[in-house]
Amino acid sequence: MLCRTSRSRRRLTEAIEADHLSKSFGPVTAVNDVSIRVEEGGIFGFLGPNGAGKTTTIRLLTGILTPDAGSVRIGGVDIHRDPLAAKLKMGVIPENSTVYGDMTAEQNVLWTAKFYGVDRATRERRVREILDRMGLAGREKDMVRTFSKGMRQRVSIACAIVHSPGILILDEPTVGLDVQSRRLVIDTIRHMNENGSTIFLTTHYIEEANALCDRVSVINRGRIIATDSPERLRKTFDTARYVEISFDRPVEEGLFAHGAVSRVERHGDKWRLYTENPDPVVKFLGALAGREHLSILSIATSSPTLEEAFVRLTEAS
Amino acid sequence: MDGAVFTRSILAIAEKNIRIYYWRGPVVVFGLLFPFLMFFTYFIGRSLDLVAFFPGFLGMMLFFTSSSVGPLVIPWEKREKTYERLLTLPVILESIILGDIVSGMIFGLVITGIVLAVSLVLLHLPVANVTALLGATLLGSVAFAALGTVFASMATDVPSNVMMLSSLVRLPLIFVSGIFIPLGQLTGWEFVLTSLSPLTYLVDLFHAALTGDAVYPPLADVLVLLVVIAMFILVARTVQERNLVKGL
Repeated sequence: MLCRTSRSRRRLTEAIEADHLSKSFGPVTAVNDVSIRVEEGGIFGFLGPNGAGKTTTIRLLTGILTPDAGSVRIGGVDIHRDPLAAKLKMGVIPENSTVYGDMTAEQNVLWTAKFYGVDRATRERRVREILDRMGLAGREKDMVRTFSKGMRQRVSIACAIVHSPGILILDEPTVGLDVQSRRLVIDTIRHMNENGSTIFLTTHYIEEANALCDRVSVINRGRIIATDSPERLRKTFDTARYVEISFDRPVEEGLFAHGAVSRVERHGDKWRLYTENPDPVVKFLGALAGREHLSILSIATSSPTLEEAFVRLTEAS
Repeated sequence: MDGAVFTRSILAIAEKNIRIYYWRGPVVVFGLLFPFLMFFTYFIGRSLDLVAFFPGFLGMMLFFTSSSVGPLVIPWEKREKTYERLLTLPVILESIILGDIVSGMIFGLVITGIVLAVSLVLLHLPVANVTALLGATLLGSVAFAALGTVFASMATDVPSNVMMLSSLVRLPLIFVSGIFIPLGQLTGWEFVLTSLSPLTYLVDLFHAALTGDAVYPPLADVLVLLVVIAMFILVARTVQERNLVKGL
């Protein structure tokens, strides 16, 4: 597994260092005293609800925005003092931006490689390799405007990695993608990391961050509210366990009123009952099924997920 | 700053603009057809001396062609959602502005060059100073391509808004730049008004190069155009920096 490999790697330097970043737009403070450290070779997840300041932070890290206060160093280079040198060290996939529809997939990647000074022979070899890897072999001469969203995103990733960057920054790279494209994107992230690239990733899919990242930060209302490994963050909320049950017929939420149940959520045909102690809840559900003549189709208890930790953290802040 | 990376970024941006924007409708209509239409509207049916008016026509041609690419690029890219990706590449704002200027300049030079070559061959027009003619063409193309990047600074992702604004500014300029009425015939407030237009100095320089009857000293024309280029780039940089993330 990739993140285990990354964890076992010896890290001596930091690929991304952001110190006390702040950025306001008029009266609105989008990013407030944010500091981030991403170690070389790591996969760092940056999580937060919509409007939390993720995209503004990424724009500060990639040099698109200039901070009101604080500094960003990419591979040791201050991006606002020497933006060209810092940008040469990274590949970026912005969330809301795409590749040129009026160029072919091949032209997009070849053109991007020119910015990084990749020589012609290497450029052409890399383009073939990467487009093939991205499942776009045979479509390289087609105009990107004829591509689906997933295919465009694959071209975008091909452009971002054509120069084999030491640092790859991805803003919501899998949002809106079909399963096949999503899997390709995740595989590529893992492949790049295995080959030594540091990954900085924002995602809405908490379990994706859980599976990929060795460290995550949670941002809310412009401030970082937690930074740790996914495992340790989960353990912070060890009390947030739940019992998941499904019956043979639909039931009302009101049936689950019990002193040990703190919250009830419906997940498809299952009900999830959050509790600090699953034992009385399981007993209560057994009694409930008997009383209401319900058959239990499945029942399971679970430890807290990273998603639960994320919800608790953002609610608390 | 690494000069090689900077130069590479300018050339790559110009290449992209040439590939994508040269044959867009607004560029063809406002940059290519418009000066011809203006010229023929004014010239046909009137017994005007073509030799006397050719420097003005050439100035108008270079003015429209060079300034037609720049206004389209950034609003188009913001609308198509490609601009943020461009900003994350090894570029700085100056690379983008200069790349846009280079692509506008090449468009102006190529089209005006073809018109000039065809006119010289078919109409046997005089050329008083070849070096001045080449210098004026180069300087004019840079100056008005830079003007195009000023229009592109508008905080909008609607290209037609920018093209409308640019036409609103460019059209009146051709009437106060000694194109349809030679500068030498203007006096008083009319002369003062034309001296405020940067196009006047290009037309005057073309007069010096083609017919040798310029109003201002050629060196003064060159200096004014150089100042205009610096001013346009400075304004474009300042405004684009302010509007950088608007519409991303």
